[in-house]
Amino acid sequence: MIDQLQFWAVLLCLAFGLFFTFVSTVGVLRLPDVYSRAHTASQTDTLGAGLSLAAVALALGWESTTIYTVLLLFFVFLTNPTAAHAIARSAAESGITPLTAEDELESETPDDGASAPGDTAVNAGEEGGDHA
Amino acid sequence: MSPALSPAALPTPENLALTELFVPAAALFVVLAIMLFYRAVAGPTTQDRLLAVNVLGTNTVVILALLSVGLDEPWFLDVALVYALLNFLMAIAISKFTVERGGVL
Repeated sequence: MIDQLQFWAVLLCLAFGLFFTFVSTVGVLRLPDVYSRAHTASQTDTLGAGLSLAAVALALGWESTTIYTVLLLFFVFLTNPTAAHAIARSAAESGITPLTAEDELESETPDDGASAPGDTAVNAGEEGGDHA
Repeated sequence: MSPALSPAALPTPENLALTELFVPAAALFVVLAIMLFYRAVAGPTTQDRLLAVNVLGTNTVVILALLSVGLDEPWFLDVALVYALLNFLMAIAISKFTVERGGVL
């Protein structure tokens, strides 16, 4: 009975870990901005990695290598959002303006916009002064 | 939930199927890592590439941990731990060195 419980717990953790890592991959590939990509990389990827490492720890059972896995889980939970925060902050300090709703409106109606900020978020400098 | 129960239950065929679950999961994680290479190559800014490499490193740590169970090699977990440390250090260092005044963190 406890084997069945362990099996289904491992299967559930692995499935959800794969799902959340897939969501994070799609977010990093498809989202339009550095900051939104940092958002999805800090949240969903941490959850996916944490669930997968929890599946590894549950499958190992009561062994000495489980301590390594739990340590790795806590380390990933601490460092992954910290690294994403540092990356987003370095993006903010090197002058990348975030994509706002006004940029979305300008890219949807391109007849009045002289500048086309649709494809890239790197329009720092003279037109990004009011956002900061 | 006693500790003496679980090592005795290790060589049952159900548990063997449990460890065989991990190699296909690692293969799917490898597919996701290959998909992440697009952002690492074609990201418009340096921070995009750094973020993609960071997520790729986390994926690599998870793949190493899954393979350590699936292939029954416990020393893969040591490699995963060192890789997680180096991945975090790389993300902090590069995001600090891309800014001139170094005010990150």
